[in-house]
Amino acid sequence: MKPIRVITGRAAPLDRSDVDTDQIIPASWLKRVERTGFGQGLFSEWRDDRDFVLNRPEYAGATVLVAGPNFGTGSSREHAVWALTDYGFQAVISPRFGDIFRNNSTKAGLVPVQVSPEVGRALLDAVTTDPSLEITVDIERLRIEAPAAGIEADFPLDAFTQHRLLEGLDDIGLTLRFDGEIDAYEAGRPAWLPSLTGAV
Amino acid sequence: MSTGSPAALAEKVWQRHVVRSGEGEPDLLYIDLHLVHEVTSPQAFDGLRLAGRQVRRPDLTVATMDHNVPTTALDQPLSDPVSARQMEVLAANCAEFGIRLFAMGDADQGIVHIIGPELGLTQPGMTVVCGDSHTSTHGAFGALAFGIGTSEVEHVLATQTLPQTRPKMMAVNVEGELPAGVTAKDMVLAVIGRIGTGGGIGHVIEYRGSAVRALSVEGRMTVCNMSIEAGARAGMVAPDDATFAYLEGRRHAARGAQWERALDDWRSLATDEGAHWDKEVTIDAASLVPHVTWGTNPGQVVRLDASVPSPDSFSSPAAREAAHRALSYMGLTAGTPMKQVKIDTVFIGSCTNSRIEDLRAAATVLEGKKVAPGLRALVVPGSGRVKAQAEKEGLDKVFVGAGFEWRNPGCSMCLAMNPDKLSPGERCASTSNRNFEGRQGRGGRTHLVSPAVAAATAVSGHLASPEDLS
Repeated sequence: MKPIRVITGRAAPLDRSDVDTDQIIPASWLKRVERTGFGQGLFSEWRDDRDFVLNRPEYAGATVLVAGPNFGTGSSREHAVWALTDYGFQAVISPRFGDIFRNNSTKAGLVPVQVSPEVGRALLDAVTTDPSLEITVDIERLRIEAPAAGIEADFPLDAFTQHRLLEGLDDIGLTLRFDGEIDAYEAGRPAWLPSLTGAV
Repeated sequence: MSTGSPAALAEKVWQRHVVRSGEGEPDLLYIDLHLVHEVTSPQAFDGLRLAGRQVRRPDLTVATMDHNVPTTALDQPLSDPVSARQMEVLAANCAEFGIRLFAMGDADQGIVHIIGPELGLTQPGMTVVCGDSHTSTHGAFGALAFGIGTSEVEHVLATQTLPQTRPKMMAVNVEGELPAGVTAKDMVLAVIGRIGTGGGIGHVIEYRGSAVRALSVEGRMTVCNMSIEAGARAGMVAPDDATFAYLEGRRHAARGAQWERALDDWRSLATDEGAHWDKEVTIDAASLVPHVTWGTNPGQVVRLDASVPSPDSFSSPAAREAAHRALSYMGLTAGTPMKQVKIDTVFIGSCTNSRIEDLRAAATVLEGKKVAPGLRALVVPGSGRVKAQAEKEGLDKVFVGAGFEWRNPGCSMCLAMNPDKLSPGERCASTSNRNFEGRQGRGGRTHLVSPAVAAATAVSGHLASPEDLS
């Protein structure tokens, strides 16, 4: 994962609540065995509508997606995150995220920016009124700013995830430093626990 | 969660799996069982290969083919080459890394959340993960079970652990006795209707109370399965004698003295008196009735004897807007009685409702009856074992006699990755878990119901309860 410090860019408003991951990337796209190329499938069923926000030229090139509450609920498919990043989004702003989507985002370099419902509403309105509005997401200061609209707010991110994003660290590499602790834990596991030993 | 203070079931299971905890870091949790399927794993195995890593514990990892598998003829080549490739890749990955795979055609193949419990792989007090959000199903045994993304799948394959932040604790108490004809599915739909699709976000739900205790283990699986539809990280039920009786003698359950040790341990798991809940909801079981969804998320649900709600009846602007959008997608008019909604297709299946008790419940309704003219009806057992058991009991003959198609196991029309799909505008009563736009096929319209309501609906042609047929 590449380090991410500050994201500055224009934003696209997706003024809907409960955007589940089936909408972000429909199941028909999940048959691919690669990790790339999912951008074409992003919101693919909604993109048939000519007025859908991603079809509007004034939002072309947006790097921040501003959505309603309960974004990324439902299926665990990380393909939803891959679709957003492959399309060009680097951050998603919402008052509330599905837990698995939120987890997947930080593993794949997409920043989930959780704001209050009021800030979320204000940002949706501001971006709808002014498609050229620039939004800055500062991972170091955990702050989001849209100076031209007079909006600024802090957002939560645990210190570990923040550090991982800032340094671009590989989660697995971090865990493998604790190989000894994992060995020690395994030595104490009860014998009744199920195992597929010799089952192949 | 200091030692000695009252702890909830989920906290106890969490605590015993902490490999390492550091200030300001998520806990590193040990994973007892990792379930793998063809859709969310190929990129994880690629990641291992790129980094030159091995699967740390192939003996704690098990794979199945379920999402893509056709449910018609298993001996024919797959009509969809992309699906075929995904399954070939899973087979090759399992062979390369030494993972037991239940491939298409294997007698034990089936939906990942059906086969784990039926093989006795899911047990109380374990941590269970899978690259699938309905992993919450396994919480019915008192396991802490949750869905993960592909990066986390790779992490578990490589390390058998996962860094996780501690969840909040939520109690859903369902007290009293469920009225006759009200099922586990109705209970969980009512819970989701009450707390909403985001109501459980950040929380592990423990289902408690006499009505939950009275559910069979399979019913508890149905309830825990849909925890994710309320946004919860997991759902759990404390293990009890029903759980132990379900597990005893299953292929991967301990035997003899080890079984006795396991029982002693499992009996210590129940939530302590005085445990802290961050959220608590209480529901009167006696007030529950069959439920059905009217909208495009599982929180948009009403009593089967109610009418399509008016968007104006919702207090928040966001809920009103969502209701307008849902009614338009679903082709419904506010005020229409749900029981007047005409149905084109009935699907009985999915990790929510494709176990033997679900099939028995549906078959009981269908005995001696016929599917309404022009209605398509299919039943997809959750696993090869469920299918074999149903055939032993003659349920297949009841289904086929009524006009249902009797299929082979898989996820099928729950998410329409295989050829079982709705057409645009087609309306389905489904025992699955998600009524999202396009979930069962582009433009398809889904009403989530219990197996008994699905069967009655198939006969009636409109949404109906079994009582409506007499």
